[in-house]
Amino acid sequence: HVVHGPNLPLQEMIRAIRSARTQCEERGVIQRECAAIRAQFRQADNGGRSHNLAKLLYVHMLGYPAHFGQMECVRMIASPRYSEKRVGYLGAMMLLDEKQDASLLITNSIKNDLSHSSQYVQSLALCTLACMGSAEMCRDLAPEIDRLLRASNSYIKKKAALCAVHIVRKVHDLGELFAPAARSLLSEKNHGVLHGAVVLITELCERNPEALERFRKTVPDLVQIMKGLVISGYSPEHDVAGISDPFLQVRILRLLRILGHNNEAASDAMNDLLAQVATNTDSTKTVGNAVLYETVLTVLDIKSESGLRVLAVNILGRFLLNNDRNIRYIAMMSLQKIVGTDHIAVQRHRGTIVDCLKDPDASVKRRALELSLALVSASNIRSMMKELLIFLSSCPLELRAQAASGIFNAAERYAPSQRWHIDTILHVLTTAGGDVRDETVPNLIQLITTASELHCYTVHKLYRALLTDISQQSLVQVACWCIGEYGDLLLKGDCQETEPVQVTENDVLDALETVLQSHMSSPATRGFALTATMKLSTRITDNVDRIRSIVSIYGSCIDVELQQRAVEYNALFKKYDHMRAAVLERMPVIERNSPGHTNGESSGELVKEVQPVKVKEGDAAPTQQPANQVCDLLDLLGGSEEPLKPTSAQSGPAPGQPINTSNSSGGDLLDLLGGLEPVAFTPVTVYEKNGVTLTLSCEKQSDSSMTVTLTASNSTDSDISSFTLQAAVPKSVQLHMKAPSGDSLPAHGTAKVTQTVVLNNPNKVGMHTHVKLALTFKAHLYSLYVRK
Amino acid sequence: MIRFVLMVNRQGQTRLSRYYTPVDLNRRAALEADVVRCCLNRKKDQCSFVEYQDFKLVYRQYAALYIVVGVSDGENELSIYELVHNFVEVLDKYFSRVIMFNLDRVHIILDEMIQNGHIVETNKNRILAPLSAIDKMADG
Repeated sequence: HVVHGPNLPLQEMIRAIRSARTQCEERGVIQRECAAIRAQFRQADNGGRSHNLAKLLYVHMLGYPAHFGQMECVRMIASPRYSEKRVGYLGAMMLLDEKQDASLLITNSIKNDLSHSSQYVQSLALCTLACMGSAEMCRDLAPEIDRLLRASNSYIKKKAALCAVHIVRKVHDLGELFAPAARSLLSEKNHGVLHGAVVLITELCERNPEALERFRKTVPDLVQIMKGLVISGYSPEHDVAGISDPFLQVRILRLLRILGHNNEAASDAMNDLLAQVATNTDSTKTVGNAVLYETVLTVLDIKSESGLRVLAVNILGRFLLNNDRNIRYIAMMSLQKIVGTDHIAVQRHRGTIVDCLKDPDASVKRRALELSLALVSASNIRSMMKELLIFLSSCPLELRAQAASGIFNAAERYAPSQRWHIDTILHVLTTAGGDVRDETVPNLIQLITTASELHCYTVHKLYRALLTDISQQSLVQVACWCIGEYGDLLLKGDCQETEPVQVTENDVLDALETVLQSHMSSPATRGFALTATMKLSTRITDNVDRIRSIVSIYGSCIDVELQQRAVEYNALFKKYDHMRAAVLERMPVIERNSPGHTNGESSGELVKEVQPVKVKEGDAAPTQQPANQVCDLLDLLGGSEEPLKPTSAQSGPAPGQPINTSNSSGGDLLDLLGGLEPVAFTPVTVYEKNGVTLTLSCEKQSDSSMTVTLTASNSTDSDISSFTLQAAVPKSVQLHMKAPSGDSLPAHGTAKVTQTVVLNNPNKVGMHTHVKLALTFKAHLYSLYVRK
Repeated sequence: MIRFVLMVNRQGQTRLSRYYTPVDLNRRAALEADVVRCCLNRKKDQCSFVEYQDFKLVYRQYAALYIVVGVSDGENELSIYELVHNFVEVLDKYFSRVIMFNLDRVHIILDEMIQNGHIVETNKNRILAPLSAIDKMADG
């Protein structure tokens, strides 16, 4: 090449860029070159243009801006010289897309070049049109392409076919135009043309169901072509590792799949061929396996007879044993897709699949896990679970959560006995306790309560687990809960299912205190431990004082949650000692909402216990007075002076399971959805204090849903602003709050604010709602909780 | 269909890139870097197919060069795997010297093999025939 000016030939420039040692150096080279290229572009016709553009394309590929080359592409494409056209078209494909104005300018060139005398120029035009032709251009040039499909040499025909694919994508209606030509191309001998024809027909069929109908008639032709490829002897032209044109075979198989899907007649016509390909194809090399893979996919997707399907699944089973991990991987994937429909066939390969849990490849492992979980059934649950638990202890971190939850689901559905179930869950918690979902803890607790004859066994086992390791939070939480609840059984010592172990009261309290004091325990866990300690005060005899002192120490804990609990428990010891036994007695069996229930989303907040009064000061204001006022405001409807804390203390941080036992607030107004349900409610005033009135009216929508309307009005002398209502319901109830009608309550009750809340309680849980009022009154901000 | 073809070295530098679906220029660099990272992180005993976002990557390593093909779901991965090898064999046949200094030729070869995301021709001789003719023409 002739070198013009100071700029380097392409190869030299590439060398210079590659030898740059820093990003900065590279940028320097490129900037210099780009400046030179720009200068060259501005000059009149000179011989070095094509290679300047080539350099620019290289620079573009590295990620640097090259848009100033667009017009140059247009110019080059129009040049009569092949080398310039070549680079121009390449540039067009890389720099232009249909959004650029410059692309319109090349339409004419493409049109002319499509009828050029040189096939290589024609092919450039075809290639570029197929790459970035806009809908306009496609419409314009479609007849040309059709002409080329019918009457040209095979080199052009094959490219025209793929160009037609692009056109059809851009302008769907033009599919009609190409259908006849596509059909006739199937009788060509040239493989490139055949390949293009098959791709084109595939595209037409995917786009248009009518075309699909019509092209079904080509099935016999396609079968013939395939037979020719499979049976024919060695053909050096198309041979790849002993298979004759595997790429074409794969393409034809895919088209057959589309044509045979959901159609008996077509599927019948290809049945024999598929069986032949499946049995005759050499599977020692990857190429053969590629064809077999496509065959299997086709067999499984059409209406094939059962013998053929079994054959296909067996091929997949063989793939699983292949040394090549690529093949194992795709076998897994395919098996996964059909485990729903061909469950029995896949079950036959369960052993191999389970072995793949130990495969070194992570993707194969993941698939094996998903497949294994899908294959678990009542008959194989014990053996499968053994394998799955082994897997869990050594599986990669990213799979642990999935494995754990899969195991839980399987255990829940097929557990042969409760004890097995509990053991399994405990095993998972010890191995992978950090990766389980939050609802595992309440689920497990619920399960334990129902297995009443196993309480002794369970608490012993958990106690032992606690002694070994207190780092797994979920396990510790469950253990603490059990010890608190069934501590008496633990202390009795004898237990049928496990070896008897002497546990003293001090041992148990030591264990709980260790949890309380450990750095590893999360705040929630410590809450569990504290509550458990408190519960033991009614279950043990000698060391109640120790409990008393633990509880009082935590009364000054920094953690607000713990502090509050401790204070409440202290109160239980002192002022309410007479209630203590009743409050802390054994809980009733917790009702399960539904098997495998996940707590429904609620847009409200989680149920927490009633928080102590929070008063935020807007401006500098005397602290005393508002506090008193708010305390008054918090005088809950129908409740005792003591807020309802002791009752909620029983359940710990478990989500709002209904605790109806000692609900002393007379207002069981909203405990509707679990029991007797009046259809509608006349508005009830739920709150009336200091001028703010809140009324509630309910309307039952259906068996499980209800609309509640909250109306607020203000009869004081000043406006109340920033008035918002929030509501919180138990996790299993769904809450939908509509927009309130406003957020300020003008004085003297001149207007009201209403807000509608839709509650959906599909599981018919007895319900308690907290409603929070937040309002600004006389420049002070108040937050209040009303618990119903 | 094939979404893109990349050739990258172990340092993550792109040696060749060809896109068959429109990808914004500014996103290309990030995509390429990410794809390369994915492939370079794979260990010897892992398979050559990677699930990446909503499509798949098929990659093969040849000495210091990685060839990565991004394909849409539903494409036969083994077939693409073979295609990559086919491509390399063609390049091998044509180039006596190091490929990278004749990038435009590589593009021509690639265009002969893959067109708008689909395979056009896989027979080595047929792929290279136009090239020798073009070489003669270009010199003129």
